[in-house]
Amino acid sequence: MTERNNNILLKIRGLRIEAYADENWVEIVHGVNLTLRRGEVMGLIGESGAGKSTIGLAAMGFARDGCRISGGTVEFDGMELTTTPQSDLRILRGARIAYVAQSAAASFNPAHRIIDQHTEAPVQYRIQKRMAAQEDAMTLYEKLRLPNPKEIGFRYPHQVSGGQLQRAMTAMAMACRPDLIIFDEPTTALDVTTQIEVLAAIRDIVNEYNTAAIYITHDLAVVAQMADRIKVLLKGEEVETAATEQMLASPQKDYTKSLWAVRSFERPQKERPVNSETPVISVQNVDASYTSGAKVLDDVSFDVFAGMTVAVVGESGSGKSTTARCITGLLPPSRGQVLFRGQPLPPRYQDRSKDQLRQTQMIYQMADTALNPKVRISEIIGRPAQFYGGLKGAALKNRVDELLDLIELDPARFYNRFPPELSGGQKQRVGIARALAAEPSFIICDEVTSALDQLVAEGILKLLDRLQNEFNLAYMFITHDLATVKAIADEVVVMRNGKVVEQGAKHEMFQPPHHPYTDLLLSSVPEMDPNWLTTVLEERGVDNLGEAATASSAQQ
Amino acid sequence: MSTFVIGYYAALIAASCLAAYFKKREAFLLLFSLTLASFVLGLIGGRPALNTITVAAAVIALAAGTAYAWREFLAILLPRELAKAIRTAPLTASFGLFVIFTYAVMGIFAPVIAPFGEAEVIAGAFDPPSEALLLGADQLGRDMFSRIVYGARNTVGLALAATLLAFFVGAIAGLFAAVKQGWFDQIMGRGADVIMSIPSLIFALLMLSIFGTNLMVIVVVVAIIYSPRVFRLSRAVAGNVVVMDYIEAASLRGEGTGYLIRKEILPNSMAPLIAEFGLEFCFVFLLMAGLSFLGLGIQPPTADWGSMVRENALLITFGEITPLIPAAAIALLTVAVNFVVDWMLFRSSGLKD
Amino acid sequence: MNDVFKLVLKRLGLGVLTLLVISVLIFFAVELLPGDIAQAVLGQSATPENLAALREQLGLNVPAPVRYFHWLTGAIQGDFGTSLITGDRVGSTIGPRLLNTLFLASYAAVIAVPAAILLGIFVALLRNTIFDRVANVLTLTAISSPEFFLGYILILYLAVKTGWFPAIASIGRNADFSTMLYNSFLPALTMVLVVMAHMMRMTRAAIINLLASPYIEMARLKGVPAWRVIVHHALPNAWAPIINVVALNLAYLITGVVLVEVVFVYPGVGQLLVDAVAKRDFPIVQACCLIFAATFILLNLAADVGAILTNPRLRHPK
Repeated sequence: MTERNNNILLKIRGLRIEAYADENWVEIVHGVNLTLRRGEVMGLIGESGAGKSTIGLAAMGFARDGCRISGGTVEFDGMELTTTPQSDLRILRGARIAYVAQSAAASFNPAHRIIDQHTEAPVQYRIQKRMAAQEDAMTLYEKLRLPNPKEIGFRYPHQVSGGQLQRAMTAMAMACRPDLIIFDEPTTALDVTTQIEVLAAIRDIVNEYNTAAIYITHDLAVVAQMADRIKVLLKGEEVETAATEQMLASPQKDYTKSLWAVRSFERPQKERPVNSETPVISVQNVDASYTSGAKVLDDVSFDVFAGMTVAVVGESGSGKSTTARCITGLLPPSRGQVLFRGQPLPPRYQDRSKDQLRQTQMIYQMADTALNPKVRISEIIGRPAQFYGGLKGAALKNRVDELLDLIELDPARFYNRFPPELSGGQKQRVGIARALAAEPSFIICDEVTSALDQLVAEGILKLLDRLQNEFNLAYMFITHDLATVKAIADEVVVMRNGKVVEQGAKHEMFQPPHHPYTDLLLSSVPEMDPNWLTTVLEERGVDNLGEAATASSAQQ
Repeated sequence: MSTFVIGYYAALIAASCLAAYFKKREAFLLLFSLTLASFVLGLIGGRPALNTITVAAAVIALAAGTAYAWREFLAILLPRELAKAIRTAPLTASFGLFVIFTYAVMGIFAPVIAPFGEAEVIAGAFDPPSEALLLGADQLGRDMFSRIVYGARNTVGLALAATLLAFFVGAIAGLFAAVKQGWFDQIMGRGADVIMSIPSLIFALLMLSIFGTNLMVIVVVVAIIYSPRVFRLSRAVAGNVVVMDYIEAASLRGEGTGYLIRKEILPNSMAPLIAEFGLEFCFVFLLMAGLSFLGLGIQPPTADWGSMVRENALLITFGEITPLIPAAAIALLTVAVNFVVDWMLFRSSGLKD
Repeated sequence: MNDVFKLVLKRLGLGVLTLLVISVLIFFAVELLPGDIAQAVLGQSATPENLAALREQLGLNVPAPVRYFHWLTGAIQGDFGTSLITGDRVGSTIGPRLLNTLFLASYAAVIAVPAAILLGIFVALLRNTIFDRVANVLTLTAISSPEFFLGYILILYLAVKTGWFPAIASIGRNADFSTMLYNSFLPALTMVLVVMAHMMRMTRAAIINLLASPYIEMARLKGVPAWRVIVHHALPNAWAPIINVVALNLAYLITGVVLVEVVFVYPGVGQLLVDAVAKRDFPIVQACCLIFAATFILLNLAADVGAILTNPRLRHPK
């Protein structure tokens, strides 16, 4: 073997993959090439449907049920995987290529201890004896900074938290010291403060053992921290590939440039009206809890003024969505009240008048579940106008056309369509039109952009901004994404465990000093700078990550 | 060894080889395992067993042919959307549709099709089949064929009525329970649990022993027994829809329960509910057939398949298949409905992901 | 362990409660009779004296709740009163027949359960092949056929035409075990066919559902051999669904047994129940219904408890 051959670990040429849909095989990956050297980390990035995961699995010679590799070659260390018999592939997968899945909670077998699942492959392939494999597992747990490394493996998956489980899965992938690990969106399901520690752990261990990796994600900032080279994919085709620094500094293709550009949208910040005008919505000392449960909201207060956007940020479980439910009346607060233009709203939505209901509208995160798939767009948008405004016939049709124009969808094309025929961004626009149709003065936007690809998300944000100026709307923007906050907010409310930690105007919130939790939250959001992770880790110190930091800040 | 036996094996082996040669892996596996099974059956049952297999194969081939032709026919006749769905239907489903169609015609036009009245005594008891008596006569000398035709009307009609009633009650209660929740949901749910924890046939027997066996009682009792099943299913289906954001949006708009059920929930629960209707019909139909077989269903002289089996059961001991015909009529319809339901369930589950 | 114990206890309590509700239902359903039992037994032409005498004899003059209480306490001890027609003790009429029915049901279960589970797993592993499709059609046909259809086909081919087995399943009082097995083979086979089809389909669905879980894909991607994926990764999580399938189908056997007993003139409880319904012999109907319902509830209870006990998440609480 020559030196050159030895250096290249994985070589994919002209890979084509088909998926079975509607009794037909449809090609979803159209001839992708990929070359990976030993010890190199390649980032695969793209929107949903770009074929990232499918390519990642194909690198292991694996196709999910309902998919098949229909062309091209996958050469791993001189071995052609597309023609290798299953039994050899299996040995390869166990010992030399490993996989880390998106959802660790679902990917660990609930019936076995974590460490038994860890040692399964090494024992199976006689790389280590059982006891040795367990010792090794504990070492890996320690390196990945899991608490109680000696003991945690003897728990069952459901007894361990999500972030820890994700690290345990990385440890499991490392069990046989593979040459290649496929990371399939390993941190997507995690909160930002948890994400950072998992990212750090993954990066350290990959560096330490000089393992090659394919890191699949849709998050640019994350991939910038992890990868040596980045490959951008779009609809099953490669857009471009370059070294990380070069890719960030000077992307070549328009599509890549547009991805980078998204981060630059930021609208000017507005100030509160000086003459003490009454706020549109005023949340006052609200406590709330679900039936017989602990308090999920504790003394929450904030105001939203006309024409302004208040962003409510926090991690999952912080009570952002519950606050929205209290305002809309879905969950009556156990204490405190919500005022609309100074008048208290009845706590239950069933007790509110038609006009009160009309004034507060919602736009949802998942446009798929927010629009009834069996109802035409014209009726989805038309119903509020008909219901509140009593419009009929031609007047109703004109109003719907007007609304479709407002959200930049062509009435002639969309009037009679059903939601499943629309793209994600178009659906979200219809959701916005439905809210507008009621002619509200206050709109709650619940993570409206987080399910969308970045470019589309930016379009939605710009649209919302334009509508706000046009109709003097007040927005409450629930989000966990600080980039969105930077782009659109005027004021920020930081929530944690049902309490408001801090609130104020945006420019103040992005300038230190803050409450330690706000600090932690802000500094945990990945930035596009490839050295961001290193810098943060240096600032905080390795032992002051995630859980440790959370614990210490909680004490303060 | 007769020529038939030799020909039988030769045909099977030749077909297997052809399938193997043309790389039809599945067909080959099927044909060759049939060959192997035939060896065993031939050894045990001798020539008659092979004969039976041949007849069965011919019947299946005929059914497949009918199903294929019927599918093409429907694809041409139906509007575009439906035709597209029909084209992808498996042969079993198309066969099921064909059988259901035939039964419907038979039931609706029974008086036109049947040569004699259902209670008309026109021959001697158990007269053998002839030109006039297609399937022979029953124990009282009535025409078996005419009674089968009328049975399609009586037996299926009654089962349909009971299913509709069960469905109506169960589905409405289920949808309301899903939207309203709270105490209504709780009470209905517990009630359904209690009824479902008694075996259906036993419950029916208990009720019939008390209220006697008139048609109204049968329909109502059967509907009560099966409505909890419908309730649970529609509650579950609607429960999955109710958590959707568009329902929340509609309730926050101030829409009433009626609008929510009619416009938002029902259109999204139709597919599983229709499939459930088919399944439900099978259960009801089999239960009612069982009751009539036990002499507790539709009372004579009205023609009814279940009781016809019982009345003619004696013939079995003489090796006659006459009593099997009404039983087969029951089985065939149930199979047909199940085939269609199976396809619909497959479609709706396939569309989900 | 404490949580599991609590859950099981709760489930047991619920089972007992359901049984009580059903006993109330069974007892008071008879009270819904137009008139009363005495009227129903003697018919329209009965003289008032006869009616009064019968009412006295049946204890109908005592208020219904009191009679219910007596009936229930009796039933728990195996005493269900006397038959209206023959005047025999209901308990002693049902006793030997119950044994026969249990014999037939367990005969069918012993064959059907292992066969169905193995075949179900087998078909699940072969899913989307021609065998799977053939099995699908065959099982659908079997569950669509009424028990009496299958029963008579078996009689025609295996009893009348070939003479291999007796068409009428009489099991004598002192027949030895192998004769009993031989004589009751056809009814058992009929039930096996129906129940097996149900069970195979449900096992197949449960296994396929399981094989779609991410942890099974993970095991495959870890290079675990196929047999080990099934035995080590799928099976420990499959117990709950499989136990559920078995219990449900054993419960189904109970309903099926009534029709099968009538087809094969088998001296069991089902036959007795049908006769009693025709003759309106209410104490026997009530007793049979209570027994069937109790068995049904017990089996469902066993399934739920089994599912709780084999759930790894519950076995190892946080």
